[in-house]
Amino acid sequence: MASFYIALLFLAVGFLLVGLTVLFSRLLHPRINYPEKNLTYECGIIPEGESWIKFNSRFYVIALIFLIFDVEILFLFPWAVVFEELGLLAFVEMFIFIVILLVGLAYVWVKGDLDWIKPRPELAHLPKEKGK
Amino acid sequence: MIQLNTFLIISAIVFSTGIFTILYKKNVIGILMGVELILNSVNLNFISFAKYSDAQINGQMIAIFIMILAAAEAAIALAIILNIYRDRAMVDVTLIDEMKN
Amino acid sequence: MEINEMLFLAIALTTVLSALIVALSKKIIYSAFALLLTLIGFAGLFIYLSADFLSMAQIMIYVGGILILILFGVLMTQRIYDPSQITAHNSIWVSLAGGIAMAAITGAVVWLNPWGKTLAKDFEYSTSRIGSELLTKYLLPFEVISVLLLAVLIGAVYLGRSREVHK
Repeated sequence: MASFYIALLFLAVGFLLVGLTVLFSRLLHPRINYPEKNLTYECGIIPEGESWIKFNSRFYVIALIFLIFDVEILFLFPWAVVFEELGLLAFVEMFIFIVILLVGLAYVWVKGDLDWIKPRPELAHLPKEKGK
Repeated sequence: MIQLNTFLIISAIVFSTGIFTILYKKNVIGILMGVELILNSVNLNFISFAKYSDAQINGQMIAIFIMILAAAEAAIALAIILNIYRDRAMVDVTLIDEMKN
Repeated sequence: MEINEMLFLAIALTTVLSALIVALSKKIIYSAFALLLTLIGFAGLFIYLSADFLSMAQIMIYVGGILILILFGVLMTQRIYDPSQITAHNSIWVSLAGGIAMAAITGAVVWLNPWGKTLAKDFEYSTSRIGSELLTKYLLPFEVISVLLLAVLIGAVYLGRSREVHK
């Protein structure tokens, strides 16, 4: 249990460092406000439009795939700890587990959910890309 | 000294907070957060009973399975919520009543 | 009071208070960040119950996975031009009555049973025991979980995919 105090110490020091940095910068910085300063920084250009744009749902799909395989990784830890005891049995069991999940990975891969670039729209007046 | 009752009381408070959240919020995602609070408090209950009884590992196994079911539930629920938002541009549960009659 | 118990008290207070913030805050994004504190607090409480593997699982699955998905959900369903709809709530008195009724029931159960007198077991690391139980006694649930995860993956990706891909 003592090792968790070290983890807690790391957590506390992390919070403390960030908190102290924010606190010092708050104490030290001069407070001069004018409307241009409060604008969002966009490489010096005046920003256009709202900052509340709607996210592409592609991000959500990627996060979802991450969550599923995160759960899979979780099971690998206790499996790896007892792998030496159980030997071949453990290997076969985890093999089945992973193969079933690989079907899901193959599904999202084939359906193109992992492709980040959006499919190019096929318009009649555009010349076709080379090699297609 | 830290007793079993301490954990049970914490768990009861968080469970009631989860029920309150589910009743109070109109936003679907807020309701989902209430469900997560409830599942967490149930997990705490399972693990604390497991710690104070002889079958220590069984309670923890159930807690692991609850955790994974919570992950599955959250993933599906958010996918459904995003679809509702895409069709209706709102996430208010009191307005989603097409299947009422 | 030992330092052990003081830490426990701090963690328990953080958990309960941030759960209250989740319930009461007006903006859903504040609720999401308070939920982060609640989940980490639960991970801390699990360590006191000698569930070290579950504490890490809590951080991996809840904080690293589910909370990220919830934050995505919050960011993607922000109605831009009508913020009043995001912050609408039901009647607080009815909800409070429901919550207090539930607290009374669970409190009565805790109060009426002699659970306070049971003694705690010593701390022991649980990862290897969980591993061996998972691969022998709980083998069927373990393999069924992979089928469940497969179904969730395919179903949720199908639902969450943007419509343009189909056309």
